[in-house]
Amino acid sequence: MKQIIRHPFLTTIVLLAVAVLLSVAIGPVFIPPATAARLLLAKLPGTSIAPSWPETYEAILLQIRLPHTALMALTGAALAGSGAAYQGLFRNPLADPYLIGVASGAGLGAVLALAIRWPGTLLGLYTVPASAFLGAAVTIAIVYSLARVGRAVPTTTLILAGVAFSSFATSLTSFLMLRSNTELRRALAWLLGGAIMNGWQPVWAMLPYVALGLGVLSLSGHALNVLQFGEEQAQQLGMPIERLKFWLVLAASLTTAAAVAFSGIIGFVGLIVPHVVRLTWGPDYRRLIPLSALGGGCALLLADLLARVVMAPQTLPVGIVTALAGAPFFLWVLRRSKTQAYW
Amino acid sequence: MLEIKSLSVAYYEAEVLREVSLSIKSGEMLALVGPNGAGKSTLVRAVSGVIPVKSGQVRMNGVELHHLGTMQRARYLAVVPQARELPGAYTVYQTVLLGRTPYLGWLGNPGQKDHAFVRLALERTHTTQLAERRVSDLSGGEQQRVLLARALAQDAPILLLDEPTTHLDLQHQSNLLNLVSQLCQDRSLTVLMVLHDLNLAGLYADRVALMDLGRILAVGSPEEVLTADNLSSVYHVPVNVIPHPDYGTPLVLPDGHTFEISQPTF
Repeated sequence: MKQIIRHPFLTTIVLLAVAVLLSVAIGPVFIPPATAARLLLAKLPGTSIAPSWPETYEAILLQIRLPHTALMALTGAALAGSGAAYQGLFRNPLADPYLIGVASGAGLGAVLALAIRWPGTLLGLYTVPASAFLGAAVTIAIVYSLARVGRAVPTTTLILAGVAFSSFATSLTSFLMLRSNTELRRALAWLLGGAIMNGWQPVWAMLPYVALGLGVLSLSGHALNVLQFGEEQAQQLGMPIERLKFWLVLAASLTTAAAVAFSGIIGFVGLIVPHVVRLTWGPDYRRLIPLSALGGGCALLLADLLARVVMAPQTLPVGIVTALAGAPFFLWVLRRSKTQAYW
Repeated sequence: MLEIKSLSVAYYEAEVLREVSLSIKSGEMLALVGPNGAGKSTLVRAVSGVIPVKSGQVRMNGVELHHLGTMQRARYLAVVPQARELPGAYTVYQTVLLGRTPYLGWLGNPGQKDHAFVRLALERTHTTQLAERRVSDLSGGEQQRVLLARALAQDAPILLLDEPTTHLDLQHQSNLLNLVSQLCQDRSLTVLMVLHDLNLAGLYADRVALMDLGRILAVGSPEEVLTADNLSSVYHVPVNVIPHPDYGTPLVLPDGHTFEISQPTF
């Protein structure tokens, strides 16, 4: 165990691969993981594995389970990666990806889209996720410009402006929902992670944002390390902090916005996974962010699996499972840790 | 030669630094003393470029530091802050390595040379044996030495120290100042340090600058500046100044019998 843990990237990648296999294997029709792995390998160019499985397997795997798995893994990676970045940016262990209003902005966007009764798709995009994404992006832009004091954006003002604007957006959402018919309840259920979109389209729509966002965040590890000493010391060590904060907020928020737009608001993953990684492999953000992303993908896949299995054929909202199973797991890790100052 | 010329800083309307001018040679240690709120820390922050300056210049050998980018400026000027609220989870080595930030790229991948600088900085501050310890497990004196090591790793000709001895006991105070003084000579550093302890200033500084209300009232040798008249007019308490029995530097003694007539300064 100890030996394995010494290789953090190997460990998380193996865990993620196992979670992916379990996620594609388990469902109403059980596909043995070995068969699933062979089937997936056969689809890669340059391999020649003779098909020895029922044809239905291929359809289930490639058109239903794999896109769902990819969506969940991307969402988990987006939330945990940007959660780790936010915790570092705000130097606050309670920070999560929704801290400065991404979730409430997305909620308002989604409800607005349904309240205005736009068509379900517009220019080939699903209107609700597109509008949710736009809502989140606009919220971040407003919050960031509200928090500006002179040429600087102090993190305290950023958090306060974010929290205040979030409340505003949330009340507006509630008001819209009260005023209108049951149609809007669907929007809320969807946002809370109740109904997850199917097929490959949401995966392809989300991928560029998450890849770009997590890429920027992963490359900013050193800057976040310097920032842990406070903004003043970071500047004295040669770090241009205002530019750094702008890019970090932009990357983390767009990543989260893309995740929320397609998978709804899933709590706890973005808060807890970075802490588990930090407890296991230390505070160095150069590793912390990519490891959190890998771990977040793995954690959300496992939570989603539980959500699909415990009350099958009914599926629980995955957000319930992340907190219900995640909290005890985190407390167990916290209790086992031997160091007092891991933050 | 560090030249600070007519530096003024204002928070909103209030001027907290008024036309401050100072010059410090390389290899010289200048101590900045004065009551709380005199603007000592503000001067350090303004010189290091972390707060906006209203007017004035800061030059090092003719180079205007405030025209440089953040990273360029950090190659000229290193700051030793007070060892408070340090992130405790990093090891000493990791912390000191961050002193190399002005020479690393965005990714922060250190090279051979950077590790060599870190090892040297650890050696000079006698913290080599602490390298793998976490910062949170160290004493206040050790943490302050680590911050000094980080500043040395920055390899800058100017060293600014903001009350480096405030939270240290007698032994660690003299250890740290001996170390700074020795480094100042060996490396020809230009040292500006804020000190609260007037006796330490008298003992270690080549020159002392006395500040009050955002202005520099007197600059010169400790004997010239730390006089009973100067100090009692600034601190609003009567003081006695006697020569140090061994070195002849000024020793400042509060005058206990007249405490009740002192005016509160706040």
